[in-house]
Amino acid sequence: MGDRPASVRIHDFLEVDTGLTPDEAVIEAERCIQCKKPGCVKGCPVGIDIPAFIAAVAQKDFVGAAAIIKEENLLPAICGRVCPQEVQCEGVCILGVKEQPVRIGALERFVADWEREHAPKIPAVAEPTGYRVAVVGSGPAGLAASFELAKRGHQVTMFESLHAPGGVLMYGIPAFRLPKDVVQAEVDQLREMGVDIRCNHLAGASVSMEELDHFDAVLVATGAGLPFFMGIPGEQLSGVYSANEFLTRVNLMHANRFPVYDTPIKRGRRVVVVGGGNVAMDSARVARRMGAKVTLVYRRRAEDLPARKAEVERAAEEGVKFLLCTNPVRILGDQSVSGVECVRMEMCDLDQSGRPEAVPVEGSAFTIEADLLVQAIGQGPNPLLIRRLSGVAYGRKGNLVVDENGKTTRERYYAAGDVATGAATVILAMGGAKQAALAIDAMLRGEPFGEGKEE
Amino acid sequence: MYRVEEAKALAERVYQVWVRAPQVARHARAGQFLIVRIDERGERIPLTISAVQGDLVRIIFMAVGKTTRQLAALEEGDHVLDIAGPLGRPSEIQNDGRVIVVGGGVGIASLPLIAREARSAGNYVIGIIGARNADFLILEDELAGICDELHVATDDGSRGHHGFPADLLKQEISRHKIDCVWIIGPAIMMKVTSNVTRPAGIKTFVSLNPVMVDGTGMCGSCRVSVGGETRFACVDGPEFDAHLVDFELLMQRQRYYLEEEKESMEHYHEHACRCGEGTHHG
Ligand SMILES: Cc1cc2nc3c(=O)[nH]c(=O)nc-3n(C[C@H](O)[C@H](O)[C@H](O)COP(=O)(O)OP(=O)(O)OC[C@H]3O[C@@H](n4cnc5c(N)ncnc54)[C@H](O)[C@@H]3O)c2cc1C
Ligand SMILES: Cc1cc2nc3c(=O)[nH]c(=O)nc-3n(C[C@H](O)[C@H](O)[C@H](O)COP(=O)(O)OP(=O)(O)OC[C@H]3O[C@@H](n4cnc5c(N)ncnc54)[C@H](O)[C@@H]3O)c2cc1C
Ligand code: SF4
Ligand code: FES
Repeated sequence: MGDRPASVRIHDFLEVDTGLTPDEAVIEAERCIQCKKPGCVKGCPVGIDIPAFIAAVAQKDFVGAAAIIKEENLLPAICGRVCPQEVQCEGVCILGVKEQPVRIGALERFVADWEREHAPKIPAVAEPTGYRVAVVGSGPAGLAASFELAKRGHQVTMFESLHAPGGVLMYGIPAFRLPKDVVQAEVDQLREMGVDIRCNHLAGASVSMEELDHFDAVLVATGAGLPFFMGIPGEQLSGVYSANEFLTRVNLMHANRFPVYDTPIKRGRRVVVVGGGNVAMDSARVARRMGAKVTLVYRRRAEDLPARKAEVERAAEEGVKFLLCTNPVRILGDQSVSGVECVRMEMCDLDQSGRPEAVPVEGSAFTIEADLLVQAIGQGPNPLLIRRLSGVAYGRKGNLVVDENGKTTRERYYAAGDVATGAATVILAMGGAKQAALAIDAMLRGEPFGEGKEE
Repeated sequence: MYRVEEAKALAERVYQVWVRAPQVARHARAGQFLIVRIDERGERIPLTISAVQGDLVRIIFMAVGKTTRQLAALEEGDHVLDIAGPLGRPSEIQNDGRVIVVGGGVGIASLPLIAREARSAGNYVIGIIGARNADFLILEDELAGICDELHVATDDGSRGHHGFPADLLKQEISRHKIDCVWIIGPAIMMKVTSNVTRPAGIKTFVSLNPVMVDGTGMCGSCRVSVGGETRFACVDGPEFDAHLVDFELLMQRQRYYLEEEKESMEHYHEHACRCGEGTHHG
C-alpha cells in the first residue's frame, strides 16, 4: 500500500499511489464502525451508500461492493483516485476526530480496480425509448450523463472536439495520478452501452446549431477549458505556457516521449509554475518528471493552497520548491524566457472569499532564473459553443446559468459540469450531470421532475 | 479514420490531397481550417480548407517538416487517423464592391473559397498570386476560372510579372478604388504586402499561422497580438486586421520549436531508413 518512493517515481509517469492489496482493503474496511447516521454519505456529492459498500469489502465481496458503488457512481476508479476525499466523505468520517478517517477513496478505487480486472460488468440498458439526446463534451460530466441516459434507453450521441474522449481526465490530469487505461476502460463501457461517441466533432462548427436542435434534448458539458493569463509584461515570450498547453502536450500528445511521438515540448532546466491548485501541482510534477528544477510560485500561504493536501505533499517530496506569499509581476527575456520578476506578498484583511487578502510588499522585487514559465492561475468556460446558443443566460464568469436540475433558460437545453459551475471537481461535475440526466429523462417522458420528487 | 480519395503533387514540394471528412465538408466556409493527425504518434497540425466537394475536403500543403512529408506520402485509399473541423471563424465577406485576394506560395491554397464566396456576395474579385518561380505556382487555372481577373507574379520573372505580389497590389490600388483585400502567405510576405494597403486605409485581412495544438481555444498556444491585445488565432481568427497584427511576435513564436522540428526530421529519416516505415517507397 502507498506511494512509490519519490526518487523512483520522478523518472516515470507510472502511478504514484499503488493502491491497496485485497488484505489491506479488508483490514481497512473492518475499521468502519458502520454509523447509524453516516456523515460520509452526505459528504459524498453523489451519495454513494458508503457504509454498505465498505461492509461488503469487509466480507470480501468485492464485486458486490462495486455494484453498490455503481448504483450512484459509474466512474469509481476515477473518483477513487482524484476526489478530494479529505474534504468530502473522509472529511466527515467520525473516526477522523480521534484517529484517521476510513480511507474511503482508497477503498473505492480498490473495489473499482478489482471489478475491472476480475469481473467487468456493463450496466444493463433499458428498452429503447426512441428519444435522441446529444451530449456535448466527453469529460466527467458528459460521461456521467451519457451513462444515465443510455441506461434509461435513450439513444445518446456524444460529441467531442478532441481526438480522444475523457476531457480533463485525458488531457489535463497526468497519468501518474490517473492512468489513461483506467479512463479508457470507463469510456469503453459507454460504447458497449450503445453510446455513439463522435470524436473530432466540435459542436458549433462540425455540428451546427440546427443539427443540435434536431435532438430531443441537448446536454452541454463543455467544461472550463479556456486558460486565463495573468496579463503581465513578457507573457508573449516563447517559453510561457498555459497549464492547459503544457499538460495537453504531455498527457494527450505524449510530448515527453518526443521524438518517438511527434509533438514537441520545451523541457526547461528551470521551470517556474505559477498557481496553487491541482492544475499547478500537476504542471510542477510533470515538469519535474521531465528533468527540470521546479519552483512553484503562489501568492498566498501554504495553508491557503487550493490543491489537494496529499498532492501538495507529494509534489514537495518530488523536489518541487514552494515559493509562497510571492507573485510574479514580469516575465524577463529577449525572445524566450530567462527569468521571472516577483514580489513578496503580505497577508492582511480577509477578502470577499474569506481568505486573507494578499498585498504586494513595496520594494520587495526579486528575480528568479527560469527558462520556462507555466501559468496555472485558473480557467473559464470555453465560449466557443455556448456563445452561439441563443436564448441562454450567462453568469458573471461566462458560465451557463442553470436551475437546480441543470436546465438552462432555453427549452430542451441542459448544462452540467465546469461549464455551469466554473472550474470545480470531477465528482461535482458528475453529480450535476447525473441530476441533469434525470431531469432530461423526466422531461422526455413528460413526467414531472424536481419539487418533491427525490433524486 | 478518414480516407484519402485523391493525392497528387501540384508543384515542387507542394501537394494536394482530397480526404473524406463529411462533418468538415458539410460546414466548411471560406477562411476556415482543419486539424489533421496522421497516426497514433502524430502531431495535430492545422491546414486551411482549400476546397469542398460533397463529403470531400481538399488540403494543399508544402512538405516542410515531418508531418507534412508524411502527408505528402499518402496515396488514394490510405487513411489518416483524425480530422477535426472546420475550425476558426469564416472570412468576413460582404458586398464591398471591388476586392482583391492575394496569395503567396502555398497560401494561394486559401484563395479559391474566399474568391468564390466574395463573388457570390456580389463583389468584383481580382486575384493576385505569386511564387518564387513558375514551378512553385499553384491553382492558376482554377483561380482564373473563379476571379474576374487574375494577375501573376514570380520572384524570378519565370512567369507573369517579374517581382512580388505586393507590386501588383500597388498597381491595382493606384488604378481603382479597392474596398477590401485579403493577403495570405508566409508571415513575412503578409507583413510586407499589407504595408501596401496601410496608407490608403484599405480594409485588409491576413490569415495567421501560429503554432497550434487543439484549435479550439483551450491551450493558448496560438496567441497572437492584434492591436496590442492578445487573441487566440484558432478561435478569434485565423483572419485578422492586417494593419493591427504584430508580425514580429508571430514570427518569433513560429520559430520556437525549430530545434525540435529538426530533431523530428532526423528521427524520421533514421527511422525510415532502418525499417522503411513512415515513408512511401513508390
Ligand atoms: C490539471 C487538472 C487537474 C485536476 N485535478 C482534479 C482532481 O484531482 N480532482 C478533482 O476532483 N478535479 C480535478 N480537476 C478538475 C476537474 O478535472 C474538472 O472539474 C472536471 O474535469 C470538469 O468536468 P467537465 O465534464 O465539466 O469538463 P471537462 O473535463 O473540461 O470536459 C469538457 C470536454 O468538452 C470538450 N468540448 C469543449 N467544447 C466543445 C464543443 N464545442 N464541442 C465538442 N466538445 C467540446 C472538451 O474538449 C472536453 O473534452 C482538475 C482539473 C485540471 C485541469
Ligand atoms: C490556421 C493555419 C492554417 C494553415 N494552413 C496551411 C496550409 O493550407 N498549407 C500549409 O502548407 N501549411 C499551412 N499551415 C502551416 C502548417 O500547419 C505547418 O506547416 C505544419 O504544421 C508543418 O508541420 P510539419 O511537421 O511538416 O513541420 P515542422 O517541421 O514541424 O514545422 C515547420 C513549420 O510549421 C510550423 N508548425 C509546426 N507545427 C505546427 C502546428 N501544430 N501549428 C502551426 N504551425 C506549426 C512551425 O512553426 C514551423 O515553422 C497552416 C497553419 C495554420 C495555423
Ligand atoms: S465519490 Fe468521492 S466523495 Fe463520494 S465516496 Fe467516492 S471518494 Fe468519497
Ligand atoms: S490552438 Fe490551442 S488555443 Fe488556439
